Amino acid sequence: MTGIIDYGVGNLFSLRSSLAAIGEECVVSGDAREIRSADRLILPGVGAFEDAAKKLRDTGLFDLVIEEARAGKPLMGICLGMQLLFEKSLEYGEHAGLGLIPGTVVPIAEYIAPDLKIPHIGWNALSFRHGSPIYSGVPEGSHVYFVHSYHASGCDGFITAVTEYGGTLTASVQRENVVGCQFHPEKSGPVGLAILRNFTKM
Amino acid sequence: MITKRIIPCLDVRDGRVVKGVNFGGIRDVSSPVELAKYYSDSGADELVFYDITASAEGRGLFTDILTSVASQIFIPLTVGGGINTLEDFDRVLKCGADKVSVNSGAIRDPSLIGRAARRYGDQCVVISADVKRVNGVFTVFARGGRDNTGLEAIEWLRRCTGEGAGEVVLNSIDTDGVRRGFDIEMLRAVSDAVSVPVIASGGAGSVQDFVTLFKTLPRVDAGLAASILHFGDTTVADIKKALRDEGITVRLSYPKRAAPFLDKGETCGKNL
Repeated sequence: MTGIIDYGVGNLFSLRSSLAAIGEECVVSGDAREIRSADRLILPGVGAFEDAAKKLRDTGLFDLVIEEARAGKPLMGICLGMQLLFEKSLEYGEHAGLGLIPGTVVPIAEYIAPDLKIPHIGWNALSFRHGSPIYSGVPEGSHVYFVHSYHASGCDGFITAVTEYGGTLTASVQRENVVGCQFHPEKSGPVGLAILRNFTKM
Repeated sequence: MITKRIIPCLDVRDGRVVKGVNFGGIRDVSSPVELAKYYSDSGADELVFYDITASAEGRGLFTDILTSVASQIFIPLTVGGGINTLEDFDRVLKCGADKVSVNSGAIRDPSLIGRAARRYGDQCVVISADVKRVNGVFTVFARGGRDNTGLEAIEWLRRCTGEGAGEVVLNSIDTDGVRRGFDIEMLRAVSDAVSVPVIASGGAGSVQDFVTLFKTLPRVDAGLAASILHFGDTTVADIKKALRDEGITVRLSYPKRAAPFLDKGETCGKNL
């Protein structure tokens, strides 16, 4: 049973449907008891970092997510949910994240050619770095769907895949039981479903 | 490198996919869910659904279809048609849309874009414009191409993206449904003017038209296609193969599946 953490950020319809499509039971919840009883957790998120971090705190889930992850429960952050795993973000100021993975979330503008469009929207290819079980059976160069203007930096030891967009961007990270995908596996067709399936086996 | 996107566009009226020629002479093509599944399985990078229903009853059918598509298809879904308020955004996002395309609703109330972008993020708000040359001026039309708004298209799209629209769908009424190629001149003017992704719409009649589009205008991010795909003249896979052969980056790996097509102009299946 996978728990999708509902803290009022983002559209959880696709995530729930994609887990159903791979035959994984899930519960969408902001309730501490339900979250504790899940075998693994997904932290979704779209929008601005500061607002999402605040909502996570306001709902009392910030510390719970840290606690569950530290206890060894598999946790996958997606998109902004991945960015929240890091120590801090420099999106409109400086804001603290969950601190589960060392690193800082920074604007991609500093990493890419100046004539490229921001956000980085669309399908881009994965180049693998450190091995991760979420990519079991996924071919190098597979395309996944990205929508973002910020990415994680200073986390080289934890990068499991990067993508090229006029510069190298962090596509995914992993630190033991905690994984983060900058792209949306729930929007990445069969490759995305394979990644989610792999996560449910972690 | 990021791929060029091929996006089938499904106009839905009363629960059926239809496609007009110059916005007239609408023909019924196929069941939306079947068609959407087929496109997703054959490599479509995204799907656009336009609700061209007028009645409240049809609107209900549309959200049922959307919910059904979104629970079975795991690529980005954009929804447009009849989006006039934040409540309309909410209604389609709850049914599984990822992006919402605004057209006449933004013309009636330009503040809608900014309000939606603040609530749902820029990435969620797509400005779609139906544009036609009037005395040589690119002019925005509302209500499915019926009303001349008098707005100059470039200025209008600059304003919309300034307010927070994260993508532009440019539909040339001059080339829509004619199937003789995209409106390169109009697309060039728009993609030079805005910094967000531009999706070309209106006029795709052959695989070569997509090659020409991306070769001529490398800043255009995606091509929309309806009739050329719905009638089985070509497939997303064929378009992508042709693009790849010309050195244009596309997403190619996907399972193959037979098409649920009909003969031209006929109908199949039942209403969902």
